[in-house]
Amino acid sequence: MELALSPEDAAFRDEVRAFIKDNYPAEMCVANPETDLSKEQMLLWHRILHDKGWIAPLWPKEYGGPGWSITRRFIFEQETTRAGTMPPLAFSVTMVGPVIYTFGNAAQKAKFLPRILSGEDWWCQGYSEPGSGSDLATVRTKAVRDGDHYIVNGHKTWTTLAQHADWIFCLVRTDPTAKPQSGISFLLIDMKSPGVTVRPIITIDGSHEVNDVFLENVRVPAENLIGEENKGWTYAKFLLGNERTSMAGIGRSTRYLNRLKQIVKAEIQEDDPAHLEFIRDIARVELDVLALEATELRVVAQMARGIDPGPSASLFKIRGTEIFQDITELTHRAIGNYGLAIREHPVSANHFMPGPDYGHTASEKYLNSRKLSIYGGSNEIQRNIIAKAVLGL
Amino acid sequence: MDIQFTEEQELLRSSVQRLLRDQYDFDARRKIVASEEGLGRRQWDEFAEVGLLAAPFSEAVGGFGGGPLSTMIIMHEFGRHLVVEPFVETVVVAGGLIEQAGSEAQKQAHIADIIAGSKLWALAWTEKGSRFDLATVTTTARRHGDDYLLSGEKTAVIAAPWADYLIVSARTSGHRHDRGGVSLFVVDRRAANLDLQGFRTIDGRRAAEISLRGVRGELLGREGEGVAALEACRNRAIGALCAEAVGAIGELNDATLDYSKTRKQFGVTIGSFQVLQHRMVDMFIAHQEALSLMQHLSLSLSEGEAGLSRLASGAKSKIGYAGKFVADQAVQLHGGMGMTDELNVGHYFKRISSINIQFGDPAYHVLRYAQLDAVA
Repeated sequence: MELALSPEDAAFRDEVRAFIKDNYPAEMCVANPETDLSKEQMLLWHRILHDKGWIAPLWPKEYGGPGWSITRRFIFEQETTRAGTMPPLAFSVTMVGPVIYTFGNAAQKAKFLPRILSGEDWWCQGYSEPGSGSDLATVRTKAVRDGDHYIVNGHKTWTTLAQHADWIFCLVRTDPTAKPQSGISFLLIDMKSPGVTVRPIITIDGSHEVNDVFLENVRVPAENLIGEENKGWTYAKFLLGNERTSMAGIGRSTRYLNRLKQIVKAEIQEDDPAHLEFIRDIARVELDVLALEATELRVVAQMARGIDPGPSASLFKIRGTEIFQDITELTHRAIGNYGLAIREHPVSANHFMPGPDYGHTASEKYLNSRKLSIYGGSNEIQRNIIAKAVLGL
Repeated sequence: MDIQFTEEQELLRSSVQRLLRDQYDFDARRKIVASEEGLGRRQWDEFAEVGLLAAPFSEAVGGFGGGPLSTMIIMHEFGRHLVVEPFVETVVVAGGLIEQAGSEAQKQAHIADIIAGSKLWALAWTEKGSRFDLATVTTTARRHGDDYLLSGEKTAVIAAPWADYLIVSARTSGHRHDRGGVSLFVVDRRAANLDLQGFRTIDGRRAAEISLRGVRGELLGREGEGVAALEACRNRAIGALCAEAVGAIGELNDATLDYSKTRKQFGVTIGSFQVLQHRMVDMFIAHQEALSLMQHLSLSLSEGEAGLSRLASGAKSKIGYAGKFVADQAVQLHGGMGMTDELNVGHYFKRISSINIQFGDPAYHVLRYAQLDAVA
């Protein structure tokens, strides 16, 4: 399914497609880019997009965005995900960048935005804490003003790729007496500050994506406060809104479905009754993708006319993640007995993995994708949002 | 129908429980899995010492005559503790096959060693493209004097890197999918011309790809009738795996319920949210049904009832789906914690995922259940 494109937009699509084909680094085409690339390798494509001026489609032109229409932004998203390119680090480009140019002061914009665009600074997100998951407003990490600094103490968790990060944007409590949402501030902390410790959390797929971040008497210059003290919740919600709309993942699901079809073709004989069952299951998921894609296109068309989808965007997170979980599960089933095997971490070419290459990451993807219905606001929370904010229940 | 355990069975259960409580907590298991061999030799010796390895065998071959019910009792507890040692592979599968199909000499030669804990076994039946069909065999066996020479490839053979002996299915006649013409062979795992490439499984065990190039094998059971022997063997294995799955399901439900009563968000325990209450009720129901089917299957296995294969497939499918549902939800309700390697919940998830592949996935067995009805 495609948007009806003007000749200019169609030409733009062709340009994006050709650019990816000619420039995507071969070095980044590994079995599982999310776990197998070094920090430097992950940044290769980022730097190429930066040189081209395409690194931050969402950003206004004055801050270094390409100045695209909503339709062009969507085309770019569609082409890059369909091609399976690694998206630029969301915490930097999609999350903290827009917070800084929307709520930050001139000095903060001048200091941070260019380094985000160039990939010089790698950002991670200091939101969740052991006691504050779905209920983010209860964050307990404390920031106490001390002259022109804040002294920060607390424990952030599930911090994705903090092991590579130069900076962390944190929700911290600056007014312990106020109501939970009112006493929170949005603070930028240099990961090299004394008192910052990163501890890996290994997940059930064996990979190291997330971390605990401990903050012990960390001195943070007060100039790193975004906006006003105690208004952090407003900025946090703004940021989460950006996170949710990008979660339909149509391009990725389409790519994994196509691969699944090839695996089924190779693994399961046509006279095996399981074959028909897979064909049917795949068709069902394909229809799920089609329906979600049609919904996305409808919303994009509305947005192009200035209509904001608002909280109904939660449906993209819910369905996008459920669909991808279904696909990884079907893929794991399709490889049959090889689904018993899992790659060892850190991944190296010396470890033996049985069966054809296309099955080597099926187990880890299946296990890893369990996180999708948990993170970024669990799917239960997303359903609460729709129930409350859309249906008025 | 509710199994009332005999005094002997109660004794068996409490001794397994005591042993695992003392020696097989989650940290002990983690150390075993991380060890070079990935196997607790000392724990295996303890299993032998307490008599677990003798329990299911008949008294005629030196066992305690506990049959499938004793297997159920042991495996249910093993499932609760995520035991990685190859009880199913060595005792239930290989031991069962030797007792069922072996010659007197083979029983004498091997069962006492299994019971004593001195030898480990694995069953090599899967091949590339065979998926879950016991009869799809391309590995060949050619007569060579009193023995046979085996050639071919076997895939994803669980416990093979630990094993002293393998039971290998190979074709003595017929074509790739023929039911007849498949025979079983005892092969020394360290035999010449046998190559083994080991790998880790998602549930913390070891398995291997095996290549045979004229490897000496000793016939087990009657030539050409291996598939029937394997079917009976699979029924027993399914009984054991279902009990293990039910043990894991029970632990996941307990852990999830506990967590939901202590974890607070929005000022209340998450167990107070109706949507999660209903989810946990469904998990409870899934456990109850799985437990009942487990008992039903184990009783039928003990009594050797007709229609056993159909019931085994039905239980494997139903309990498999129940396990998948419970495991999915246990991870989901534990949130990020459920995703960590540190917490046991994810490890139960992975064991259940693995059980759902071994000897056929739930989709395969529901279909087989339907097909066996059509035949009857």
